[in-house]
Amino acid sequence: MTVDMSQFYEVFFDEADELLAEAERLLLGIDIEQPDTEDLNAIFRAAHSIKGGAATFGFMDMAEITHVLENLLDKIRKGEMKLTGEHVDAFLAAKDVLKMELDGHRHASVVDQDQVGDVKMMLKSLSEAGDVAPVPKAAPVAEAPVAVPAPAPVAESPAPVAAEDIAIDIPPGHQVFNVALPEITDKDLSNIKDELALLGEVSSTQQADKRHVLTLVTDSSQDDIISICSFILDPDDLVITVGGAPKTETPAAEPVAAAATPVASAPVEEPTSDDGKVKVHEEVGYGLFAEDGKENEEEGYGFFAPFNPHPDAVQTQLIGDDTALTAENSGAQSTTQVVEDKQTAVEATTAAPVEKRTQARRESDKPPANTETTSIRVGIEKVDQLINLVGELVITQAMIEQRVNALDPVQNEALINSVGQLTRNTRDLQESVMSIRMMPMDFVFSRFPRMVRDLASKLNKKVEFVTIGATTELDKGLIERIVDPLTHLVRNSVDHGIETPEKRKAAGKSEVGTLTLSAAHKGGSIVIEVTDDGAGLNRERILAKAQSNGLAVSENMSDGEVYSLIFAPGFSTAEVVTDVSGRGVGMDVVKRNITAMGGVVEIRSALGYGTTISIALPLTLAILDGMSVSLGHSLYVVPLNLIVETLQPRAEDIKTVTGEGYMVHVRGEYLPIIALHRLFNHHTDITDPTKGVLVLIEADGKKSALFVDRLVGQQQVVIKSLETNFKKIPGVSGATIMGDGSVALILDVPAIIQMGQTTNYITGASTFSQPSYPAISNPANA
Amino acid sequence: MNMNTEATTNSASANLKNAAGEYLTFVLGTEQYGLEILKVQEIRGYDAVTQIANTPDFIKGVVNLRGKIVPIVDLRIKFNLGKVEYDEFTVVIILNLSGRVVGIVVDGVSDVMALKEEQLRDVPSLVTSIDTKYIVGLATVEDQMLILVDIEKLMSSQEMELMDAAVH
Repeated sequence: MTVDMSQFYEVFFDEADELLAEAERLLLGIDIEQPDTEDLNAIFRAAHSIKGGAATFGFMDMAEITHVLENLLDKIRKGEMKLTGEHVDAFLAAKDVLKMELDGHRHASVVDQDQVGDVKMMLKSLSEAGDVAPVPKAAPVAEAPVAVPAPAPVAESPAPVAAEDIAIDIPPGHQVFNVALPEITDKDLSNIKDELALLGEVSSTQQADKRHVLTLVTDSSQDDIISICSFILDPDDLVITVGGAPKTETPAAEPVAAAATPVASAPVEEPTSDDGKVKVHEEVGYGLFAEDGKENEEEGYGFFAPFNPHPDAVQTQLIGDDTALTAENSGAQSTTQVVEDKQTAVEATTAAPVEKRTQARRESDKPPANTETTSIRVGIEKVDQLINLVGELVITQAMIEQRVNALDPVQNEALINSVGQLTRNTRDLQESVMSIRMMPMDFVFSRFPRMVRDLASKLNKKVEFVTIGATTELDKGLIERIVDPLTHLVRNSVDHGIETPEKRKAAGKSEVGTLTLSAAHKGGSIVIEVTDDGAGLNRERILAKAQSNGLAVSENMSDGEVYSLIFAPGFSTAEVVTDVSGRGVGMDVVKRNITAMGGVVEIRSALGYGTTISIALPLTLAILDGMSVSLGHSLYVVPLNLIVETLQPRAEDIKTVTGEGYMVHVRGEYLPIIALHRLFNHHTDITDPTKGVLVLIEADGKKSALFVDRLVGQQQVVIKSLETNFKKIPGVSGATIMGDGSVALILDVPAIIQMGQTTNYITGASTFSQPSYPAISNPANA
Repeated sequence: MNMNTEATTNSASANLKNAAGEYLTFVLGTEQYGLEILKVQEIRGYDAVTQIANTPDFIKGVVNLRGKIVPIVDLRIKFNLGKVEYDEFTVVIILNLSGRVVGIVVDGVSDVMALKEEQLRDVPSLVTSIDTKYIVGLATVEDQMLILVDIEKLMSSQEMELMDAAVH
């Protein structure tokens, strides 16, 4: 019995996480006027799955919430209740609470019990309110004949009337429920009593046949009672009646319906794809007619109460089936008992179909089987290993190709053709493997609508949230790391960017602000932009603030430079510090995070018109579009996205200062020339820039001209770390393996520009290179 | 370097006890060295390396070892032993030192031998280009002295400049 469940916890946590995210996405997308049934079902299924899992693993707090949530959802998806904005809010709140509880179990984080209680109450009250809500009459009427062919003609007519009855007068406040239990052990009984005591006052009376009837005074709904009991016994065996409430007959409709199910279904084929519970409600109309037959109740109860096959069973069925009679009778007895009679009868006589039906219900409780597995969970290290292996394969393939190219094409035609095919297949393979790591930006974007919505209502702002390019794919590693910075930027935009409706109106703008989140490929990088049409950045205020913060600023700074000041630590021009943002922490973290990912942040803004914060990220951390350049006998790779242009300078474009510091004159700009062979102490025959190539590189807004021997070609390279087995080399960001299996170093462009500046070109004295090391001369040295 | 005679006492120090085991012996110039066999990942010939700027000359550069970028150190240059030649007999021992993969260039690999505690001798204090703290002990095998190197300690030492040091 002592299976260690904890080993499965992680699976449940992951799954629940995903389900919650999915539910939230659906909730946010739902059209309140015309909710899509599929969506509602999907949300219901999510709640249901979480409930199942939570209960299995003993997370009763989660099971409870999901249970109430499920009840409410169930009513809505069956059209018994109209979906309102209030519902959606409640569902979202429930999602948050669940997430909190989930995290509580997972990371032992704090769970706010008050919030849990609030949400539970909210859901419950909504659920009860739903009992009052008009029940669509068409459904019961239409379904009744189908469900109960035999008594249909009679049953049909009173149904609509009865349905209306419930709709009109359900008393608010407490009700008295009589819960008739099947024969159970004392232990179960006391358990049930304890559980029910949570809902209200419980008293128990024992019947002559050893069955117990619990009387419960509560403000909870019938479903709650059923659900609590269902932890201990099969709800099908329960008979719940309402008594003592101001109007007995009205709420009775539901119990009747619930209990009536067996009867209804027994003569019919087993329920089809419908959830068993659907049936219950469909038969509301059917059950209701019995309401008139209250007179019948007492005797029926006495006779047929026992659940076990009873000597009177056959007779019972007669009466039970004889619903037409009961329907015609009118009296003041509780309805349910009649139904119970029927149930007993059915159980006694038509045991097989009932069994079948119950089974069917159990099955249909699960989500429909059409949820095919569309994804599998694989550890990221496995994927990385695969990518590495494929990288190796590509290199090996390139080596074969090179060898083959040296062969006589006539003699080896077949071989060359085969290798050509191998080349294509390898490329395809590499592309597909690389795409495994790629995920759509939607993964990140999908969490913002909720946040924006909550923030906007908290700040009393009206914000329309627009996402563009959610299908743009980005490496999973980057996706995970972009979430936090992006969250911060979105928060900032809602809080500081977009103005209050009054201010917007005064400024002649629409009351509703627009916040746009976009992602797009641009060259070798992906550009993610957060745009708002709010107040924009105030250059003067930023400058003043920077001055008072003691930052080095001047009036001559460009807008871009001024805006970048907001990334300085502790910088905030917000007049009010809200609990959302404005404390000045964060923007510097945003900048740092993005820089760490190899990305660049840029701000564009116009006062009064809005702000755009643009983040440019490399597509992936593992692959780089590079330009390979040669220096002596070595190859180096320059990241393509940092290359502005390449040129072969004319002698008259090369300028010197005091005959030493070399510069190149490119379209009116003087750029310092960094000679790679000098920087790397590398021997080469080409020392005259006019004989070699200048690669104009740009990083952090600074440009330089990198002088190399020649360009070799543009290619995608897999970035390998030098530090795994070696150490960080200044000016080198990593290494890669070229087509022939040799290693080429990838240049760290920002560092090289930096190094170029520390090398004193005026005097020619290099402060960087360590002269103690010999110059790199012979390439292979062997 | 004929100090083997004075080290033939029977008093083996404590660390010698742990030093017993199997060793891969290799040649640097005229001397025989040994390193713990379990640190060796593989032995291969000398391939073209990619040189790295601004590194000491004994760091030959990096090679591609089945997708891994592995630095290659020439111990002959580091210890000023023998002629530095690269030919078909030049051997690279690829070491796996707690997950870090490093290659060392040696003149040749001779043997794998099991050394017992009683074959091991302490190292006298000497001034050599290899700090004696990286030498576990000496052993005599068939009248030849074998210098047992604590290769992990040596390769991770600062003077090898193979790792990012905190001082940098």
